[in-house]
Formats: sequence, C-alpha cells, structure tokens
Amino acid sequence: MLIYLPIAEVSVNAFLLLGLGGIVGILSGMFGVGGGFLMTPLLFFIGIPPAVAVATEANQIVASSFSGVLAHLRRKTVDIKMGLVLQAGGLVGSGLGIFVFNYLKSMGQVDLLVKIFYVVFLGAIGSLMFVESINTLRRTGKGRAAPKRRKHNWVHNLPFKMKFRVSGLYISVIPPLLVGMVVGVLAAIMGVGGGFIMVPAMIYLLGMPTKVVVGTSLFQIIFVTAFTTMLHATTNHTVDIALALLLLIGGVIGAQIGTRIGVKLKAEQLRILLAVMVLGVCVKLSFDLLLTPRELFVLGTAGGH
Amino acid sequence: MRFVYIALALLCLTMPARAEEIVLGLSQDEVAITATFEGSRILIFGAVKRDGTETAEGDLGVIITVSGPKAPITVRRKERRYGIWINADAVEVDSAPSYYSVSTSGPFESVLKGVEDLRYSITIPHAIRSVGATVEDSEAFTEALIRIRSDARLYSTFVGTVDLEEDTLFRTAINLPSNITEGNYEARIFLTRGGVVIDEYDTVIPVEKVGIERWLYRMAQDNAVLYGLMSLAIAVAAGWGASAAFAALRR
Repeated sequence: MLIYLPIAEVSVNAFLLLGLGGIVGILSGMFGVGGGFLMTPLLFFIGIPPAVAVATEANQIVASSFSGVLAHLRRKTVDIKMGLVLQAGGLVGSGLGIFVFNYLKSMGQVDLLVKIFYVVFLGAIGSLMFVESINTLRRTGKGRAAPKRRKHNWVHNLPFKMKFRVSGLYISVIPPLLVGMVVGVLAAIMGVGGGFIMVPAMIYLLGMPTKVVVGTSLFQIIFVTAFTTMLHATTNHTVDIALALLLLIGGVIGAQIGTRIGVKLKAEQLRILLAVMVLGVCVKLSFDLLLTPRELFVLGTAGGH
Repeated sequence: MRFVYIALALLCLTMPARAEEIVLGLSQDEVAITATFEGSRILIFGAVKRDGTETAEGDLGVIITVSGPKAPITVRRKERRYGIWINADAVEVDSAPSYYSVSTSGPFESVLKGVEDLRYSITIPHAIRSVGATVEDSEAFTEALIRIRSDARLYSTFVGTVDLEEDTLFRTAINLPSNITEGNYEARIFLTRGGVVIDEYDTVIPVEKVGIERWLYRMAQDNAVLYGLMSLAIAVAAGWGASAAFAALRR
C-alpha cells in the first residue's frame, strides 16, 4: 500500500516502513540504543530526503525509547537518578555540540567530518567492546566466575559523592556529568541520540551493571530526541508526522519484543551483539568513504543545507 | 463607437494571422495529491483549427511539454582526496524544473529544428538554465542532474507518443509519477511545420495536496510549535500504548 508523505513529498510503501520501524525497534529495546544510526541511512536509501529523514527519525526514537523505558521501569532496571545526572551533563554538551557543528559548517565539509567521526567512534567503541566481551565470555565458559571489574580507581576519590541505588554505585557526580556532556557534544555533531556511545560509556567508564544501562540509556535518549524533534520542527519544518507514525507503530512494538529478548540474553552476549552491530555500521561507512561511488554527483538544494 | 470597431479591425489586420491554431482540452484541469496518491494520468488532446489560408510546407508536428515548478539546485561532484571520497566541486544550476516531460508526434529531426528548440527551450537540456558556472566541464554537472532526475522518473522524453490523426486531431497521455511535488505545472503545446514552431498554446495544471495532506503540511509550516508538540504527543502515546498492550498480553 503506497502512502504519499506530506512533508517528504514522496510515495512509499506503508508496510516497508512498518517493517523497518519494527526491526530498528527490536534493536532499540535490546541494546538501549535509539537506532538512529541505523534508521537514518535506511531512510536515505528508500528515497526520503535527508533533512526529513534526520528530523523524523528523532521523533520516532522518542516513541520507541518511551515504549522501551516503560518495559524497563516495570522490571526496575532504570536508574532515574543516574539518568537525570547524565541528562544535566548532556544538555550542556548539546549546546556545545551545536556550537561546534555550526563552526564546522562554516568551514564546509561538515558531512565528511560527521562521517569520519562515525567511523572513528563506531570502530573504536565496537572493537573495544567486542574484545572485552569475548574475553569475559571465554573466562566464564571455562567454569571460572567472571572477574569483577575494578571497583576502585581514581574515579572513586573525587568529591561530591552520590548514591545511585539502582546501579549499586556510590560515586562522585563528576564522571557521569562529564560522560553526559561528551556524549551530548558527539550526539549534536553526529545528529543521533548517542545511545551507542552512552551504553559503552556507562558500562566501562562508570561501571554500571549492563542490565541497568539499557533502561537508563533509553530514559535519557527520550529527552535528547524530544528536544531535537522540537528544534527541527520549529526551524526547518522537516518532521514528517505521517512517516513518523508508520515508523513508530513498528518501532514501539519492536521495542517491546526487543526488551524481552534482551532480558533473556546474558550481559556478555548482549555486549557482543551490540559490538558486532556497531562494527558492521562502521565497516559500511568506511566503504562509502573508500570505494568509488556509483554516482559521482549529488543533488542538493541551492545555498547548501 | 465606430472608432473602436475600426481600431479593432486595423489591429486584426496588423496582427500576423495564424493560419493554423491549437484548440486544446485536458482530461483534468488539476491534480489532487491525496494520502494514497500513486501518480496521475492526464490526457492532453486537441485539434488544429485552420482558416483556409494555410500553406502546407513541410510536415505537421506536435510537441507537448509538461514542467513542474522551477528552482535553483546545487550539483556536487565527489572526488578522491587523501584516499577518501569527498564532495569537491559544485555547480549551481540557476533553474531546473522539479518535473519535466517532452512528448512528440515524431522523431525530433522531423518535428523540431535545433534553433527552434533553443528559442522555445523545449528539450530537457534546454529547459534547464545554467549560466555563470565557474567550474570546468560544467556540462558534466547538468548532464548528471538530468541523469539523476531521469532515473527517478522525473525527467523523461517520449518520442512518437503524441497521436496525430489526419493532421488535425492529436492526443497523448502524461503519466505523473508518485514522487512529484506540489506547484503549478505548466503544459506547453507546440504546433510545428517542417520543424518550425507555428503556434504555441500554454496552460497551467495546478498540482495540490488535499485533505489531511494539505492540513498537515500547512500546520507544519504555520504552527510549527503545535505541530512539533503533536508529533511528540503521538510518539509518547504510541510508546505507552504498545507497552500497555504487551503488559496486558502477558497477563
């Protein structure tokens, strides 16, 4: 069934959009990532104009993360306090990020820089996580108990300590604030919710338990993407509500299924799968940069965007 | 009063009398884009009206062009630098139609002379205006624009699809694809003899979003804040709805 999208001004198959939303929703619920880094290129591929794809994607992520968070809340795997602290840092970071983004834009070549950012970050995070999880899995496989991650490092000597009961942490608020801020900067530059950076940062830098990480990441993504949606809707008028609706119907259902799959998997398996997915996107993006493109020319609206 | 009649009569005498003229009809005078829009088929038909003074030099031909709203566009070319492909040169095309089709009653050699094409901007390369390009081989950029739009079925040339019967009646069908945008579409019908244009008839076919499409589009433009909040509300409601439904299923 073809549907004409009022803002994107193209006709697309409604079932295709429902399916895409569903797949990305499953991944979102499983790993606590918004899925923007997967969905946006897919939307480009089916012919949605890039500006509309980016803006609408943000709106769809609000829905799937909200759906995912509710499922996690029921399991009490959301550290709201930690989420709010990360969020506070994130807001400062977003502001900085938008400033950096506009500076890069004035120098031209912002698209290229965003792509290089993606490749470097996805590659680094993906490989680190992959190696770490394989090692953990191998050790537990041999019958030995998984070693506890280092519980005491310099992080624990900082002032302003706070108790995060759900995560079982008693640490200074400075590291989560910084993590939130750095992710906020990257998210603003790369135009995504930042879940795929946030999730590993929470596991490895803050030492949060993997099960809590997913729900907490989704919790803070809601706010970031809601803010992004409003920004795009009011400045560029590029949020396509019909497109968003089709994607999010699939998305919210997928998120529910994904959350249930996630609970059944072991933490290490979950991390390996996320690492593989992140590396996959990284490889795809590097190919785009390195291989000779089939069409050397691209069309854009005059004046640049 | 008599003075007016004389003036009119004089005016008629001084005007170059066209021996052959186009009389036109359209199957629909507007195109409505609804939520389930899958493209539209417009029949363009007409007749050649003659006043008896015509001199039949050369063969009669009919060319029909339909053009979407024109807008400037930037064409960028990728280039390999430091091992990676980046956007290098860019050419600003001053005016390119969002949609363009040319249908003819016969091969271009017989229905249209090169000079006439240039004068009336009929074929696709002439319908795109690009002046003041500063990059070398700027034709490659306009060619790329035509190639990309043709692949998207937005630019097309149909040779011999205009039926011309008894040198008097003509008709053709224009299939507008589903990815067209809103705006006033200009249809031009040219009557040629021996490749020279002897009459031109222009008409406008408005293409408009209607119903919910129009409502949403206008709201996104005029009430952006409300529209954004509505998008968020739908997102939150759907997220909650799915969660509640799954919780109910589990019980």
